[in-house]
Amino acid sequence: MAIQDAPRSTELTGLAMAPAKAATPKPARRLPVQKDWPSWAIIAVQVLILVGIIAGWEAAARAGMVDAFFWSQPSAIWKTLIIFFTEGDAWVDIGFTFRSTILGFIFGTTAGSLIGLSFWWSRNYAAVAQPYIICFESMPKLALAPLIILVFGLGLTSKVVIAFALTVVVSTLTTFAGVKALDPDGEKLFYSLGASRWQVFRKLVMPSCVPWIISVLRVNIGLALTGAIVGEFISSQHGLGRTIFYAGSTYEISLVWVAVFVLSTLAVIMYAVVSWLENVLRKGTRQ
Amino acid sequence: MPVKVQLDRIGMAFATPGGTFRAVAPLDLAIETGRFVSLVGPSGCGKSTLFNVIAGLLQPTEGRVLIDDEDATGTIGRVGYMLQKDLLLPWRTVLDNVILGMEIQGKPLKQARERALPLLRKYGLAGFEHLYPNSLSGGMRQRAALLRTLLFDTDVILLDEPFGALDAQTKSQMQEWLMQLWSDFRKTVVFVTHDVDEAIYLSDEIHVMGTRPGRILETIQIPIARPRPRAVTLSPDFTAIKERCLQLLTADRPALEAA
Ligand SMILES: Nc1ncnc2c1ncn2[C@@H]1O[C@H](COP(=O)(O)OP(=O)(O)OP(=O)(O)O)[C@@H](O)[C@H]1O
Ligand SMILES: [Mg+2]
Repeated sequence: MAIQDAPRSTELTGLAMAPAKAATPKPARRLPVQKDWPSWAIIAVQVLILVGIIAGWEAAARAGMVDAFFWSQPSAIWKTLIIFFTEGDAWVDIGFTFRSTILGFIFGTTAGSLIGLSFWWSRNYAAVAQPYIICFESMPKLALAPLIILVFGLGLTSKVVIAFALTVVVSTLTTFAGVKALDPDGEKLFYSLGASRWQVFRKLVMPSCVPWIISVLRVNIGLALTGAIVGEFISSQHGLGRTIFYAGSTYEISLVWVAVFVLSTLAVIMYAVVSWLENVLRKGTRQ
Repeated sequence: MPVKVQLDRIGMAFATPGGTFRAVAPLDLAIETGRFVSLVGPSGCGKSTLFNVIAGLLQPTEGRVLIDDEDATGTIGRVGYMLQKDLLLPWRTVLDNVILGMEIQGKPLKQARERALPLLRKYGLAGFEHLYPNSLSGGMRQRAALLRTLLFDTDVILLDEPFGALDAQTKSQMQEWLMQLWSDFRKTVVFVTHDVDEAIYLSDEIHVMGTRPGRILETIQIPIARPRPRAVTLSPDFTAIKERCLQLLTADRPALEAA
């Protein structure tokens, strides 16, 4: 470009005093406008895509383009789904996975937030603890899962502990980041009003950290679910993770899909609850 | 008039990576009860540092702070202090922000709100009581922050550049408003500003400060009668004082800038 332009610019130097009009007019560029579709149209397209995928999968499996042995097919999955809910103990498995996820999520998030907040109380304590937390953060915690199962047994507890281990560190670090981001002038204001440390903590530090705590909730749902399922993969008597593991090892691919769909539904429900919780907390603290 | 706040050889040095930094040379300052006193000086001359010392948030390297002739060095909660930022808590309504001081002092919430509500209405925040700070304009936020400072019932209030970030129009409105508050509440006010006009218009007395290290260059009395109409800023008395202030401030500029 620059080379091509060069002769023209030398030409122009002779005309340096010529009015600006001589230059090529700049095309008028407008702000790009994007027209929003109505929400029904969005939903219709979404449904269409889903139907397309299912129909395509089914057709491809019937035509032999997809190996139904490895990939299964929608009609078979549907049948398995009905059997799963009517004949097996689906609700026991769902309840098991759900409970370990929720408990791990609640304990992990709460403990992590409290630990993170506690660092506000003493800079020395925070400085001492920091390398340990970072170390625990970088450790692949799932690698500890077999050990946790050995220690805590095959039941619910070990799954809760794995989910806890995954969620607690993220919560701790994020809440601690919130504590570090506190404006020291805010503390000054409180102390100038004669506040005690506890008052500063209650009325300034805690509410200031709420947005940080909220920001981890979604991540933690995913982590807690992962923890619970990996625990069930390793060793368990119940749970959707166990269902997937056994179905996979006995080539019941339809059942794998059914369990995966049920898990996704579970995750979506938990996300919805967390979103609602976020709103409540946000309103409570007006962020 | 009795002396309300007295700084007795107050000095402040900070330990920095490059050695100790002398922010405030030992200085004396006496502020009489009920007066409006301004500190004017270039950025970095230690105005905020002095305020932090008076409010007990910073232990001075040397010297004592006396409030009502009592040693108040390093004791908090004795003076109302409005910091350079408004620091309104975003999760509290204006009303609940304003009662923060009373709340911390242990006054029941209901009583505190009952006390604050009529004042909010009287002093220009009617209709904003139950809104959150993020929906307020800059001027309104400063009003709320100032009322919070006033409602923390202390005889002395320290205002650190409360109108520094406002446009000229809003600023002069706020100055009138502050004068009204001051004559209603009758407190001892120490006011920090960069704006010489503002200092002269508002104060009974100005301490012009110099930098490196922070010290008081001269104390100037403002004998202009109150209430002061705006036009007073054009009077010869006012202009003379302003000239003197500017002279002091210019002369104090470090050689680096003068060159
Ligand atoms: N904690 C600290 N550590 C080291 N130096 C400090 C500290 N606090 C303030 N200072 C220094 O002390 C000097 C005075 O600061 P101070 O904030 O009191 O100035 P100021 O007069 O309020 O300025 P401004 O008008 O800009 O607000 C500055 O040079 C500043 O860099
Ligand atoms: Mg300052």
